[in-house]
Amino acid sequence: MKLFGLADGNNFYCSCERVFDPRLRGLPMIVLSNNDGCVVARSEEAKALGIEMGVPVFQIQPLIRQHRVRVFSSNYTLYGDMSARMMQVLAECVPSAEVYSIDECFLDFTGMADAEDRARAARAKVLQWTGLPICVGLAATKTLAKAANKLAKKEPGGVLQITEENRAAWLARLPVEKVWGIGRQHAKRLAARGVTTALELSETDTGWARATMGVTGERLVLELRGLSCVGIEEIAPKKKNICCAKGFGHPLTEFEDVAQALSCYTEIIARKLRTEKQVATVMQVFLMTNPHRPDEPQYHPQITVTLPEATSYTPALSATANRLLRTIWRDGHRYRKVGVMLLELRDAVQTELFTGTRNTAAKSRLQAAVDSLEGRVRWAAMGFEEEWKLRAQMRTQRFTTQWDELPVANAA
Amino acid sequence: MPGGHVKIRFAFARAWLKRRLMSLCTLLGPVGETPVVLPIVETRVPAGFPSPAADHLDKTLNLGELLVKHPQATFLMRVEGDSMTGAGIHNGDIIVVDKAIEPQSGKIVVAVLDGDFFVKRLVVREGRCFLVSENPKYAEKEVGEWASLDVWGVVTNVIHAVR
Repeated sequence: MKLFGLADGNNFYCSCERVFDPRLRGLPMIVLSNNDGCVVARSEEAKALGIEMGVPVFQIQPLIRQHRVRVFSSNYTLYGDMSARMMQVLAECVPSAEVYSIDECFLDFTGMADAEDRARAARAKVLQWTGLPICVGLAATKTLAKAANKLAKKEPGGVLQITEENRAAWLARLPVEKVWGIGRQHAKRLAARGVTTALELSETDTGWARATMGVTGERLVLELRGLSCVGIEEIAPKKKNICCAKGFGHPLTEFEDVAQALSCYTEIIARKLRTEKQVATVMQVFLMTNPHRPDEPQYHPQITVTLPEATSYTPALSATANRLLRTIWRDGHRYRKVGVMLLELRDAVQTELFTGTRNTAAKSRLQAAVDSLEGRVRWAAMGFEEEWKLRAQMRTQRFTTQWDELPVANAA
Repeated sequence: MPGGHVKIRFAFARAWLKRRLMSLCTLLGPVGETPVVLPIVETRVPAGFPSPAADHLDKTLNLGELLVKHPQATFLMRVEGDSMTGAGIHNGDIIVVDKAIEPQSGKIVVAVLDGDFFVKRLVVREGRCFLVSENPKYAEKEVGEWASLDVWGVVTNVIHAVR
């Protein structure tokens, strides 16, 4: 039987900020979306004040002033770098790891009797090496591992395993809207039928689940019962970001081969984005060598940038992904994995929807944006900087990626 | 055409420099995985005979490899102040901080005091912790018990530009 672990950074963006500014510990803080519009991360203290995810910041101005909530613009350069560090530490802890989003990673614990101890060790190592607190949920299916992770956030120790014996007890404690892939709409429909907990959802008739929530709903019910469905992560929708990263059958050394794989992955997530009628504003591309081959030179670079324009248009995304890959590419390594992640997803307005129809003006505008990447330093550093100045008033330093923005150690 | 030759070489050097600068500026991935690469001097082959050094042309030394043992756990910090000059850490230097290493008495560490990062030598005497400067101008500072001290990382190297 399979045993999945889901490692998830606690309030990830807030935790990244706290690593470099310990003063923020214990204070209510929030991080805003790219245009400083909405709340995309909250510390526990901010959650306790009733600040909801995704709420426009102007709506909570009185609350911010009253409780002196610290407000930050998103610093994706920093979060991308910290995410890569976290993922690499986790990858070294298990035989196989699958990056699922900027702050989540599935770990394969199959066949390990001491899985819980190993999960605890992985958690402690990530905390020591990177300063980032994480929780790990363990279970026989990915949906249950997700649920275990949600429950682990409330448990001291931060590691929780759902087994066949304790499954019902834990699922009874999890509200149905916290189940992976259950959005507000589904939760409403479920509540109307008296389904309010994950346990009740797992006990519903699969046929009914399929009729109400489609194939995703049916599979979620099966997964909650402990039956692992292949590819569940592909269909369970996520709100924050989409990632596609797969290991290669054999190590790749040629740029063109890796670029081709990356292009496929980009197409997959771009299509998914369009299906959800969303656009992305931030992209991360990362590369990995095999962390279990210490005899081989290791290289795990990543790059995270704000796109010149929010889009779901495949050619634009592919071109950007390819350029980012070229920027981090280094010859002479045996690469095992490449991945692309889209962050800061939001609902597309009509003009942003590219479904393959003719939209010449918009396409050429995008093409122009892509073409302007020619001097990629300007784009990644300078042009980017100018944009930041306009709409990221409260961004912290890029502590880990810029020589002139390093944290300061006092020798006074 | 010696003029043209110089021009081409200049353009090549500029392109090379640009690439290097770019790789430094964008500094991707954890510290130390960024190529800070020193190319070994190329030897020109006058005619006919292959250079005995040809086998080594692609070998490079990576400074990151020397300075960074745990790339995922290593961070760089800028030093402000002169309290550690006795340890060779000067104002404006960049220190390499490794969070993977367990702090021990005698090591130079970055500790968090009132929310600020301080670089000091950590000394434990009879269960009490002291942050000790390496400059007679500064007194040592007792910071309470070992358990309550927040050590952020251990300093492994210092990058000091010679002026």
